[in-house]
Amino acid sequence: MSFDNAYESLIDHEDTHWAFGTGFSEALAGVDREVPDVDRADLAAYCLMLGDDALILSHRLAEWCSRAPELEEDVALANIALDLLGQSRLLLTRAGEVEGEGRDEDALAFLRDERDFRNVHLAEIECGPFAGGDFATTNARLLVFSAWKIAQYSRLRSSADPVLAAVAAKGLKELAYHRDHAAQWVVRLGDGTDESHRRMRAGLERVWPFLDELFTPHPVELRLAGVAVDPAELRSEVDGVLDAVLSAAGLERPVDVPAARVNGLAGRDGVHTEAFGYLLAEMQHLHRSLPGAKW
Amino acid sequence: MVTKTGTRTALEVAAQVRDPELPVLTLADLGVLRDVTEEDGRVSVTITPTYSGCPALDEMGADLRRSLLEAGFSSVDVRMSLSPAWTTDWISEDGLRKLREAGIAPPSRLGPREAGPVPLNLVPPSRRVPCPRCGSFRTSELSRFGSTVCKSLRRCADCAEPFEHVKEI
Repeated sequence: MSFDNAYESLIDHEDTHWAFGTGFSEALAGVDREVPDVDRADLAAYCLMLGDDALILSHRLAEWCSRAPELEEDVALANIALDLLGQSRLLLTRAGEVEGEGRDEDALAFLRDERDFRNVHLAEIECGPFAGGDFATTNARLLVFSAWKIAQYSRLRSSADPVLAAVAAKGLKELAYHRDHAAQWVVRLGDGTDESHRRMRAGLERVWPFLDELFTPHPVELRLAGVAVDPAELRSEVDGVLDAVLSAAGLERPVDVPAARVNGLAGRDGVHTEAFGYLLAEMQHLHRSLPGAKW
Repeated sequence: MVTKTGTRTALEVAAQVRDPELPVLTLADLGVLRDVTEEDGRVSVTITPTYSGCPALDEMGADLRRSLLEAGFSSVDVRMSLSPAWTTDWISEDGLRKLREAGIAPPSRLGPREAGPVPLNLVPPSRRVPCPRCGSFRTSELSRFGSTVCKSLRRCADCAEPFEHVKEI
């Protein structure tokens, strides 16, 4: 069957559409899912780390929808959020199946509490549109995040886990667009008016304390040799990209003063910033109020 | 038992299903239909997503299942393949022509790429994208991200019309 227009395909048949919980949505059906010979709990934890990074930044970017400085940016940030959401669905599905306790992507996204999330703080901090940031800050965060993810995913393409390797190879092409988008805004604002320069610099200073965590290895990452990437290896590549963008933007690199950790712990250990609980309340509210809701 | 006629018919049916977001293209034109096999009336179809978050993927699976069941096959198993990752180079020549005729600028061919570092573009790449309406090359990018994640928005300086461009990936 084919349809004369896109809308015809949306009506008058049995499936529910365009949301989680459709009949077809087993995110990894048919994909090579062999589990490499490593500790399963470690592999599941690593997939959660990567899946949570993408999920939480996706949520933050989606908050801009209808609030960006121009319509094109509403659309751009929502599209970037959608790419990250897609990556996170695959990664959370993988985490759930490797864990083997029957949790699917929805259970992991909507039914975990704050201390069970493993994303880095950079993904969760307030960078606008609400208090604590603005559009310049959001682009500073997106630049740092996507430059770091590109370095990580480039290496993950040769991971011994076939799902991680496939998600990384695919996601890398999407992240290249995200990084370019953010980099071009950082240059435009940094090299713009006195006001845009001032706000871009403030945005960089807001996110810079969260760089250090990106390159601090967690024991799980170090135990998964051949599967995971040691984040300490990524620093020089990411620094090179950030320096190139800042130089083109006429902006100075902020001083590296890492954000404080709690007893040496941070996002990868489930220790989060104050803003995170509010984020989860918003993100999980519907699913927890109406379990299994479809729309 | 595999019947060759059956396989061809299942492939023919699957290849005619249209993309929900770019309905001028069939799934075969778009290059997302990766494999169709059939045995004793049971069909297995493998598709690949364009982008990781493509919301049309579930709809494609539902349309494939429904079309094949209506064509008389007894069961349909829709599977997903992630690797190798989809590229706009998989859109058929026919697909490029159909896009152009629908007023959407088709992607240019990227060709084989090396697995080296991802190049950083500090200005939008000055790719020459002709206007699908008047053919002028005097076009510029308005936004890298358009109405769907696979398209950017451009404008033609000669006929002054905005148009969408399926961006290369």
